[in-house]
Amino acid sequence: MSRRSLRVLPGFNLTLGYTLFYLSVIVLIPLSAVFVKTAGLGFGQFWDVVTTPRVLASYRLSFGASLLAAAINAVFGLALAWVLVRYSFPGKKLVDALIDLPFALPTAVAGIALTALYAPNGWLGSALEPLGIKVAFTPLGVLVALVFIGLPFVVRTVQPILEDLDTELEEAAASLGARRWQTFRYVTLPILLPALLTGFALAFARAVGEYGSVIFIAGNIPMVSEITPLMIITKLEQYDYAGATAIAVVMLLFSFVLLLAINGLQAWTEKATGRNR
Amino acid sequence: MSIQVQNIHKGFGDFVALGDVSLDFPTGELVALLGPSGCGKTTLLRIIAGLESADSGRVLLDGEDASDTHVRERHVGFVFQHYALFRHMSVFDNVAFGLRMKPRAERPAEKLIRAKVHDLLKLVQLDWLADRFPSQLSGGQRQRIALARALAVEPRVLLLDEPFGALDAKVRKELRRWLRRLHDQLHITSIFVTHDQEEALEVADRVVLMDHGKVEQIGSPEEVYRHPATPFVHGFLGAVNPFHGHVEGNALRIGGDRLPHPIADGFAHGDKVIAFARPHELDILTDAAETDGVPARISRVLSFGVTARIELDGLSGVTGQHFEVELTRDRVAALALREGQTVRLQPSRLRVFAQ
Repeated sequence: MSRRSLRVLPGFNLTLGYTLFYLSVIVLIPLSAVFVKTAGLGFGQFWDVVTTPRVLASYRLSFGASLLAAAINAVFGLALAWVLVRYSFPGKKLVDALIDLPFALPTAVAGIALTALYAPNGWLGSALEPLGIKVAFTPLGVLVALVFIGLPFVVRTVQPILEDLDTELEEAAASLGARRWQTFRYVTLPILLPALLTGFALAFARAVGEYGSVIFIAGNIPMVSEITPLMIITKLEQYDYAGATAIAVVMLLFSFVLLLAINGLQAWTEKATGRNR
Repeated sequence: MSIQVQNIHKGFGDFVALGDVSLDFPTGELVALLGPSGCGKTTLLRIIAGLESADSGRVLLDGEDASDTHVRERHVGFVFQHYALFRHMSVFDNVAFGLRMKPRAERPAEKLIRAKVHDLLKLVQLDWLADRFPSQLSGGQRQRIALARALAVEPRVLLLDEPFGALDAKVRKELRRWLRRLHDQLHITSIFVTHDQEEALEVADRVVLMDHGKVEQIGSPEEVYRHPATPFVHGFLGAVNPFHGHVEGNALRIGGDRLPHPIADGFAHGDKVIAFARPHELDILTDAAETDGVPARISRVLSFGVTARIELDGLSGVTGQHFEVELTRDRVAALALREGQTVRLQPSRLRVFAQ
């Protein structure tokens, strides 16, 4: 006679079933449609579409700028989270609320605002122009927009971990003779690393898929400042649906592999920092 | 190395954590800072370590003013109540941390570090745990590793903040004895903070009793227990039965009752006083004709230990007060005590303080 398993948490079958159904409808079916549509092309044609020089240049810009933007956000997001958790100062609540603004703002508004600011006749653009720095309508502009929209991710993932971090650990390190940077490098940072990587991955994923805020400031010069999502839109506007999905497939695979690698790295650091023990 | 603190004052807002505290910790002693929570003992320890700074006053380490030096330059070993082990490092790496953080010129070779860490792990009897992570250890093991980690940098003094506070009763007792043995082996000047009077009396060479940011008494465990200097100390070290009354000739008058007891010099007729008797210093009189002592009704007789404990509720002049008496089991049998019985309590010894 088999015994019924006595589970404490209710509703396993229902919730798992719902999760799978939901995931299928919302995520898997639309994504597989991309592959199905692409399959109409045949491999030779597919390869031609996704390896044209203009498309290749867009991959470089999209993934390069996204990785760089996520890296910049990792550094400054950590600094921001640090300041927000560790110190109290007037207006702290306000600064804390400002962090989420890039989430809330329609991306097109952000794009137009950034363009207006960094254009050669804008406030910042006109100041940078004499220094020989051009932001708007260059890859640098793309980077600025991606940094802007990716900011909240690192701050919001690192902040709770930092709040939970016992100051006794840092006091212990100091009493053992560690200098401030040693304490940060060997005690604080390893504990924050998994959260930092999560924030990095999220910021990266968001940046790769970003369209609205980039498109205005990029200027969209072929071979120079065209991002991959723009290439897809361009194909769509020419009613080349198969071509558009072909590029989408490449982007999807690229992102998937990168996110998988980041997740793997994160699992490894979590093991190394003893969180799962 | 000796430690002195002079006129330390520390406040948090309106709250005075330490009010003008001066203390002298001689070389090689194991001293307990004992007091109820919020008495300022941990704050004092943290000021000595340099983890906190005093509003005024000085900390002298080995005769030198260390008030303005950073914690990492004071060469003190600090052990935290909740261990503060680095959870992402193995036990070995935790203990080696202090040595590896030394400037390159002072840092020992990795081989020497290895040898030293193993020696320390042997000292705390945990060398078989070197490759484990802190979360795989029990509380008692973690605290011993924390101690080994603090000792690795050869601190001049060892400061322990409620080191056994987070452990269960049995492990506490074991570690107490172990800490005492370790201190006898190393002779490093040590201060430990505790709110557990038994722990302080059992482990320390000297006990500093603190209350409300002030030092109440300093002395050997024997001294402070036998001759408490203030009502607070008397009340804090072990169970007591207090009597509020005034001096009347050669006795203590409490309402309508009288405790015949030689009153020490320095008290005049009519002085308001508070007197203490420990549970074993009270006797129970069952003779109904007896007029000395305070009346009380027995509420419980607990006779499961070596000695029996009797709990009583005060009557007439001491109504509302609870008393605790410790008698031998033979005596309890001889008196034939039962619950609900009315008896009189008479102290064999009484410590009297002016009120």
